[in-house]
Amino acid sequence: MASPARSSLRGREAETRSPSREETVLGIIATARAKRPKFRDERITMAHGAGGKATAGLIEGLLVPAFASPALDVLGDAGVLTVDGTGLALTTDAFVVTPLRFPGGSIGELAVNGTVNDLAMAGARPQALSLSLILEEGLEAEVLRAEVEAIAGAARDAGVAIVTGDTKVVERGHADQMYVTTAGVGRVDARASLSPAALRPGDHLLLSGPVGRHGTAIMLARGEFELGAEVASDTRSLWPAADALLDAAGPGLRCLRDATRGGVASALNELARASGVAMLVREEAVPVDAVVAGAAEILGIDPMQVANEGVLVAAVAPQHADAALAALRGAPGCADAAVVGEVRTDPAGLVIVETAFGGKRVMDQLVGDPLPRIC
Amino acid sequence: MRFVDEFREAELGRTLAREILAAVEPGRHYKLMEVCGGHTHSIYKYGINDLLPENVELVHGPGCPVCVIPMGRVDDAIAIAHEDGVVFTCFGDMMRVPGSNGTLQEAKAAGADVRMVYSPLDALRIAKQHPEREVVFFAIGFETTAPSTALTLRRARAEGVENFSVFCNHVNIVPPLRALMDSPDLRLDGFLGPGHVSTVVGARPLEFIPAQYGKPVVVSGFEPVDILQSVLMLLRQLAEGRCEVENQYTRVVPYEGNLRALEVMAEVFELRPHFEWRGLGFISHSGLKLSAAYAEHDAELRHHVPGVRVADPKACQCGEVLKGVIKPYECKVFGSACTPERPIGTCMVSSEGACAAYYNYGRFAREREVV
Repeated sequence: MASPARSSLRGREAETRSPSREETVLGIIATARAKRPKFRDERITMAHGAGGKATAGLIEGLLVPAFASPALDVLGDAGVLTVDGTGLALTTDAFVVTPLRFPGGSIGELAVNGTVNDLAMAGARPQALSLSLILEEGLEAEVLRAEVEAIAGAARDAGVAIVTGDTKVVERGHADQMYVTTAGVGRVDARASLSPAALRPGDHLLLSGPVGRHGTAIMLARGEFELGAEVASDTRSLWPAADALLDAAGPGLRCLRDATRGGVASALNELARASGVAMLVREEAVPVDAVVAGAAEILGIDPMQVANEGVLVAAVAPQHADAALAALRGAPGCADAAVVGEVRTDPAGLVIVETAFGGKRVMDQLVGDPLPRIC
Repeated sequence: MRFVDEFREAELGRTLAREILAAVEPGRHYKLMEVCGGHTHSIYKYGINDLLPENVELVHGPGCPVCVIPMGRVDDAIAIAHEDGVVFTCFGDMMRVPGSNGTLQEAKAAGADVRMVYSPLDALRIAKQHPEREVVFFAIGFETTAPSTALTLRRARAEGVENFSVFCNHVNIVPPLRALMDSPDLRLDGFLGPGHVSTVVGARPLEFIPAQYGKPVVVSGFEPVDILQSVLMLLRQLAEGRCEVENQYTRVVPYEGNLRALEVMAEVFELRPHFEWRGLGFISHSGLKLSAAYAEHDAELRHHVPGVRVADPKACQCGEVLKGVIKPYECKVFGSACTPERPIGTCMVSSEGACAAYYNYGRFAREREVV
């Protein structure tokens, strides 16, 4: 039987029921969001490849616990290790994009730039790549030759050598034309001390260019939507941008992220979770091309969740932000770079958007998969 | 974007917010229902509640196409998808709606050929590219999407695409609204009427709401400025003691509707005697099926459909959410057992679902902007 004290408490609860219930539930959600995701699925679905919540569950719930190591636990774009006093960054990436060629690039360029960018985000100057090809029986030699040339060209542009490789062929139907895997090694730059743990409230968030171009370019190239528009992928090496930021901000550059699958939303959410801070993004400040915004509007997706292949997010100490922005704008492809928000203390682990309309909301990671096989 | 940005202008929003504040009667509580999921989505996406006075409460209505699909229909869809030779096509949101034993996305991972499409015409194109396969389109939605399904079927028949069929789950908006009005557990002051549905059916079918139930209706667009303006129009009707159907969304909604769309719908569809709604139960004359003339394209006739009625999960209160009786966060499983990643109820799946909108965009702080 309820004691009198308890029943009077109930009475009070009943009076203020909805706000307190709402607050409690929002609290539960906030806690759940800030937690490391779990992997509880019975089968792999396409959502596990989309760079959103299911991907995070797979990586942080299955892979990281299995291979636990200090370099991996950081969950950076590349793993950093020290060999005889030299900081080395190591990364690997597989590419399964369809179609192989699209406006602005092809699988070959993605395979080089994607890996180079993962190194650059660790503050490492890319040195060398490995290249592994999985080819489908029947692939036309011309298609392969074009991609090999694209790989060579992109490697030249990025200043990296391809120093080793492997090829495999599988039966027709067991792969879709060709898959490319690259691994890269880079030397961590002496100016760099990058880590999500370095983020401080008040740090400014810089975005290197307009968001959502790669994902939109692929979507339009597939011809699934009859939109009379063309968008070029933004695939490019981000090392020059990282180099410029390191020069301008030095130790004031806290952290870099490559906003690939899952878009800027995933990059910021990962950072917020890893560093236990909050991020505030001003929607109006985020550069979006009109065509990308239009396509996203029609399809009901958020450009912030659409993939990029040449956009980075940088957190910079406030006193270095102006210099960093100026330097970033001088890097190739980064003329539209902007300060889009700042690091806050509360609510820890979450990304908040201030909408252009004046309201605020949480910007979450993608759930499900609007567009498979984009890189 | 022209024709879009104008309706998202912050200054205009603040002006409307001030006018709304001036239009409310102090001490009176206003409970207004936004009928469409699209409204719900916008309200959360732009933080519109932050611009409304404390005593103006927006309640979510039943107009989310994904949310109203009962579990049994999802099970039927999965059964069709697993049949040999079938390519099962659906909108992206439907991939994640749980049936009694998993989702279409899981059926796909288990071997069914399930493909996401953006329009029924995409499904028809797949059928033409693969004449050896049976292509089925999972048609859902209110009068908004029904015309595009109807036109696709008309084209399929004209072009003799025999391997194309539609699993029809189209529904009408008026019957659930009527059911809602008759429901004793709800007291509403007015309605933000369905904008997109009204582009097809017009505003006239909503006249029963003021005429028979004495509640004002304003057909509303989906941009934040549209919604604020519609709220203001409702409040003014209430203040002036008027009770009628007004049209805020005049840039796309003709009062009489779209006669050509209605004509093609009448040719392709006919009313089902009953259709089950998630959480609302069976509602008479609320669902559409293919007419006899299109029987050869009816997936329910061409494929084995178990048609088992599955009770909604006990813990799930989607029905109450769809009727606006409770707020999403008042549901027992909201945010704990039921999340967008692991939805129990449909309202948590679609971005137009009240629960998903609240979960994704829910305000982290409750302080209201002082207007």
